[in-house]
Amino acid sequence: MIVSLTINGEPKTATIGGFESLLRVLRDDLGLLGSKNACEQGECGSCSVVLDGEVVCACLVMAADCEGSDVTTVEAYGTGDDLHPFQQAMLDEHGVQCGFCTPGIVVTGIRLLEENPTPTEDEIREALSGNICRCTGYGGILRAFDRLAKEGTE
Amino acid sequence: MTTRTKPRVRGGIGEDVVRPDGIPKLTGNFAFASDLVADGMLWAATLRSPHAHAVIVSLDTTPALAIPGVRAVITQDDVPGHPLFGQEKADQPVLCDGVARYWGEPVAVVAADDPETARRGVEAIAIEWEPLAPVSDPEAAENSDHIFRRINVRRGDLGAKGEVVVEGYYEIGTQDQAPLGTEAGLAIPDGEGGIDLWVTSQWVHIDHGQIVRCLDLPDHMVRCHPAGIGGAFGAREDMSMHVHISLLALITRRPIKMVYDRSESFVGHVKRHSARMWYRHEATPEGRLVRVTAKVILDGGAYMHTSAAVTGNAAFFAVGPYVCDNVELDVVSVKTNNPPAGAMRGFGVVQTCFGAESQMDRLAQELDMEPLALRRLNALEAGQPFSTTGQIIEGAFPTTAIIDALESFPLPPPLESDDPVHLPGGTGLTTPRSAVVRGIGYALSAKNLAFSEGFDDYAEARVVLTPVGAEVHTAAMEVGQGLVTLLQQIARTVLGTGHVAVVWDDTSQIGSAGSTSASRQTQMTGGAVHAAAVALRDKVLDDHGADELREDGAYRDGERVATLEEICASGPVDHWIRFRHPETEEPDENGQGNLHPGYALAGHRAVVDVDPELGLVRVVQIDTAQDVGKVLNPKALMGQVEGGILQGVGLATMEELVIDKGIIRNPTFTDYLLPTSLDAPHVNAVFIEEGDHWGPFGAKGAGEPPTISSTPAVAAAIRQATGKALTRVPILPQDITGT
Ligand code: FES
Ligand code: FES
Repeated sequence: MIVSLTINGEPKTATIGGFESLLRVLRDDLGLLGSKNACEQGECGSCSVVLDGEVVCACLVMAADCEGSDVTTVEAYGTGDDLHPFQQAMLDEHGVQCGFCTPGIVVTGIRLLEENPTPTEDEIREALSGNICRCTGYGGILRAFDRLAKEGTE
Repeated sequence: MTTRTKPRVRGGIGEDVVRPDGIPKLTGNFAFASDLVADGMLWAATLRSPHAHAVIVSLDTTPALAIPGVRAVITQDDVPGHPLFGQEKADQPVLCDGVARYWGEPVAVVAADDPETARRGVEAIAIEWEPLAPVSDPEAAENSDHIFRRINVRRGDLGAKGEVVVEGYYEIGTQDQAPLGTEAGLAIPDGEGGIDLWVTSQWVHIDHGQIVRCLDLPDHMVRCHPAGIGGAFGAREDMSMHVHISLLALITRRPIKMVYDRSESFVGHVKRHSARMWYRHEATPEGRLVRVTAKVILDGGAYMHTSAAVTGNAAFFAVGPYVCDNVELDVVSVKTNNPPAGAMRGFGVVQTCFGAESQMDRLAQELDMEPLALRRLNALEAGQPFSTTGQIIEGAFPTTAIIDALESFPLPPPLESDDPVHLPGGTGLTTPRSAVVRGIGYALSAKNLAFSEGFDDYAEARVVLTPVGAEVHTAAMEVGQGLVTLLQQIARTVLGTGHVAVVWDDTSQIGSAGSTSASRQTQMTGGAVHAAAVALRDKVLDDHGADELREDGAYRDGERVATLEEICASGPVDHWIRFRHPETEEPDENGQGNLHPGYALAGHRAVVDVDPELGLVRVVQIDTAQDVGKVLNPKALMGQVEGGILQGVGLATMEELVIDKGIIRNPTFTDYLLPTSLDAPHVNAVFIEEGDHWGPFGAKGAGEPPTISSTPAVAAAIRQATGKALTRVPILPQDITGT
């Protein structure tokens, strides 16, 4: 079957067999390799995308259910010369080590900031609790939010 | 007289330089091994043993080959060269040799047009097993003499006795590295019978040597390329799919890609050795250690991997950074039918540090002393003989400074919030604030840096000066830890240019950098780059009669005498080096000798809130002092410290692979719990910069110490809160509630 959806503002179609996850379609059919596949069990958040306004685990969403949906992946945010302020803060605060969790953290973090530009530390920890990072201990990631908050008040 | 101020190079050592691979990682453009593709590639999938111990009665791959889209199936019979691989000893068959010795042992590998067809091919293979009884109890394995390595440390007067004696038995469960990226690889045939290989690895050269032997190819026909790695922590120290996909690529003449899923990853790499430890500490009435006696059994699982070196570390660091003249240790790693164990951050020291530090607390309690006061009384320092090996300690060894720092951290305020996010159990469970008890615990650790016990440990690097700056060539694996940034910083500082690129060479282009493990790359490849850059700079200065190298050329007395273009007029100028650390020796029959090139110390103070009735724990804060020699990049260092601590907290409070008769019962992220952002304590760190006797600018490796003593510190804090003995980690709710 054919699914039509909007990805990062562009209309796309994908031919699917029936049971593929949105993550598989993004990665294997559409060549959008930014979303990661650390567990494909809905437990790590490395595949986080925004689906019709909500952060979801793309590995848990059936592509067949995405007809007409609007999907935003990490590829939508920032480029090398023009990072989103959250990406820049993550870079500056060493919120990235191996980087495998990073696309999911970027998607979740930016969506949080869009909904709540001045989150408290508890709100940040809660929002990120579905995004496992095995490398950083989360310190650098939390300090990236701090840095943005400080820059925002300057 | 005029004073000349040297322009400071941008991005040198000591600065918070950002990672050069940070932007691609943040924008989703970084290519991890699992993201690699090649035209015409096939996908591979692995058939694994469903038994911990079993004989193959019959194996027929033809039903798989009959499936349209399946292109090849390999079994052990197809391995053209040496049938076995292994880092310390080739003892594991490339594919099952008729007897499966652990649950999940690879038996056959299928290559097909897409992953689903490969999977269907695996399911179609007809295989009949005759299960055998697995050896899953490490003590039974020891009794039957199934031993990988035994070390008996004997030092001092074994008749010595202390008036105060404490004994204890401790256990540590099996921890998985759980790097976020699973094992993944791509093998591309070169059309001339050779292979180019990109696989998750911590040491491409050690892989290379094993691969060419198993494939029976000359060295130059296999090129292992450093690939993008989603974390390692020891999991990539030993090979996974390397030979499998290389062989399939040779047979099919097509590129082969394979990615393990999470459950497969849990069986697809070695894990931390579980341990059983019996300890006796004897001291004077004042608290001076007189004698430490211990017996330790490490479960090495079915194949050796790095068990021998892990056993060495467990033995030689079984006392901690304390003076003790009489030591008797029997440390053994055993062969069982459990999943193979190998390297994980802390590498043997995590285990015995938990035992030894738990004992120090017990001794302090017996003597009615403060835990840090007892440690201070016994603190070992540079210039003294190391308690287990007798080696005179060279380089920085600031035990007392670490204790001083731990004592000076302020405590966090008492728990005042009723918000469940701040209570043990979080929002998911209900602990009232009135039920919460706070506990504080301490632990110290000492760990060796780089490879020890006489191993010929070296790192090659090549530094090149070009008209636009410099290049650093290495095959040292960047697994996320940030070596790439440090190498740039070191080269910039020496060469005076901000433009430094790190170029990852494959195994045919440069010699080994050694493993990205043992906290060794900062000092080893960092040391190689430093030495090569110094030699290169001095040669350029000599050639041009200059006294200083800057971003735009060579200078004498503040005047430029040659531009970089002029310096490179007849081509780039380079220096290649093979760097070695101070020589070490093998232990004698009593475990004595100059075994270790250097040490790194750490201390941790954990503050926890516990609900003793429900058995719930929240780690509130960890304060740490770490002996790092010299801080090269403060924020990158803090990231290593916080990340390492959280792995130690995970081991103390939640992480365990449940292995039942050899079978892993929880190989998923649903059931193997990892610390989340809600579990991460606040971390305060003090770095002690005493400068080591070798390594770039006096820096020491910093990756492992945070993981080592954080676990016993958290355990000690939970003990203090609950009054329970808690002799096993992870400490689970039922251990606290006693139900
Ligand atoms: S890959 Fe989707 S949650 Fe882990
Ligand atoms: S940076 Fe490695 S998992 Fe987060």
